[in-house]
Amino acid sequence: MDDKHTLMDLYRRSVLQHSRTPHNFGRLDAADLKAEGHNPLCGDKLTVYLRLDGNDILDISFEGVGCAISLASASMMTEAVKGKALSTAQSEANDIIGNFARPDARWNGDRLGELAALGGVREYPSRIKCAVLPWKTLCAAISKTEQTVSTE
Amino acid sequence: MNATGQIPDSSNSARPALDNDRIRGDFPILHQSINGCPLAYLDNAASSQRPRQVLDAIQHYYCHDHSNVHRGVHTLSHRATEAYEGAREKVRKFINARSVTEIVFTRGTTDAINLVADSLGRDFSADDEILISHMEHHSNIVPWQLLCEKTGAQLKVAPINRQGELLLDDCLALMSDKTRLVAIAHVSNALGTINPVERLIPAARDRNIPVLVDGAQAIPHQAIDVQALDCDFYAFSSHKMCGPTGIGVLYGKQQWLERMPPYQGGGDMILSVSFEQTLYNELPYRFEAGTPNIAGAIGLGAAIDYLDTIGMASIAAYEADLLTYATSAISELPGIRLIGTAAEKAGVISFNVDDIHPHDLGTVLDHQGVAIRTGHHCAMPVMEFFGIPGTARASLAFYNNRQDIDQLVEGLKLAIRMFQ
Ligand SMILES: Cc1ncc(COP(=O)(O)O)c(C=O)c1O
Repeated sequence: MDDKHTLMDLYRRSVLQHSRTPHNFGRLDAADLKAEGHNPLCGDKLTVYLRLDGNDILDISFEGVGCAISLASASMMTEAVKGKALSTAQSEANDIIGNFARPDARWNGDRLGELAALGGVREYPSRIKCAVLPWKTLCAAISKTEQTVSTE
Repeated sequence: MNATGQIPDSSNSARPALDNDRIRGDFPILHQSINGCPLAYLDNAASSQRPRQVLDAIQHYYCHDHSNVHRGVHTLSHRATEAYEGAREKVRKFINARSVTEIVFTRGTTDAINLVADSLGRDFSADDEILISHMEHHSNIVPWQLLCEKTGAQLKVAPINRQGELLLDDCLALMSDKTRLVAIAHVSNALGTINPVERLIPAARDRNIPVLVDGAQAIPHQAIDVQALDCDFYAFSSHKMCGPTGIGVLYGKQQWLERMPPYQGGGDMILSVSFEQTLYNELPYRFEAGTPNIAGAIGLGAAIDYLDTIGMASIAAYEADLLTYATSAISELPGIRLIGTAAEKAGVISFNVDDIHPHDLGTVLDHQGVAIRTGHHCAMPVMEFFGIPGTARASLAFYNNRQDIDQLVEGLKLAIRMFQ
């Protein structure tokens, strides 16, 4: 059925796997940067931790509570940016956020690798903020803003 | 009708039948498919749907009778005023208030509570206390917090137990000489708990403390008699009882309304205005500044007529039966945790399934045509009490039936398969 098809588009196998057993989950002691993200509508809350080597991300982790989409997005995000320069991570994050926000924009699957699996969320206006939250939180950590970001 | 507003015992011999098929025929919105499945609308605690009779009344008003109220000598103004005041009389009768002077039209429950906080609360001081419960909707918390900020008064919160029931003795113990008002939900929107207001109100009365009852979730499910309850204020929203959005009611005992200063200033709420002195209008107009929501009131009146043709006692009995059916069907699913298991409940089943996030449940159910609410339900203190970020909530109306519940259960089974 058509509708089942789109439901599976949202909850791709890899998305479900990441949400069940998120990678890089937990607090990072001696983090150089961290930020909290909050989605008041869902009650989703997460913290992103970064350890740096100069301007490179040596290690990254996150902890918190969230729906399958936000957990998978956060988990995939940590894999995607680990080892990258802060500026690269930041521009990738902005790219992804922009991609989520424009349902009509082409979702550049090749360039995104595993992250492409999150593309299904663009069909679900009320769930886009779940996918975006970790990335906004990452951006907040990188720009060293202390305040809590919110997707509302 | 049941005088105290209690849900009648469904084993009563003369349990009135309710023709669900015919009723569903009155609600155009129910007959559509969502994501290829028939719509099962189970988000009635957020907002109910409207029968054709209500839509027709609004349409008829705008097509034939609309003008401003209380201000013209021409025929349309007269008709509009008659219809608007006619709706007020329907509300009065529906909740058995003594007089239409005790029926103030507001924008809804939230507006009604803010009216009381602003007006009654104007002379509260740092020595005063306001008592609410731990299960209140944000709209029965925040107006009091704002008032406390302004006046220095203290907010006291009566505790609840793990079933989501008010601890009545603790609540009564929190009433003191300092308590200026008790504000409490009749039925909790997050838990479905029916609070024992008929025991709480006399206790407050003994101490001369006025009681405001937030009736937003009670009014669609049971007969309300404000004189039998003897509450001082009763607030509710039209949109939760098959009427239009943007209108609601504050019932206030005349003795309180008489003493209370105006809420907002403007047209309609005055008798005469000069720059030296303005004379305020009589009740209830003193609390209705500006051109009111005339069509809204008329739609609410039509909703009341509609509910009356079915009968609130029949509605209560039908929904109690459906709630029992739904609760046992949902409880049988693996990993279900019901949030809110009070002995006295109305219309609401809040639950979590293992650690599946409520939003994921909501999305999967939407794909099966099932509309439920997920999240904190504007009752974050309740979520914090149970140590959860939110719940999935199915909430019932008399136009729901067992197919709706079966569809919900099938949807939940799919979600459990997907996420486990
Ligand atoms: C118990 C309760 N109180 C107050 C309200 C607020 O009603 P409204 O938003 O119509 O003003 C609601 C609505 O969700 C409610 O359930």
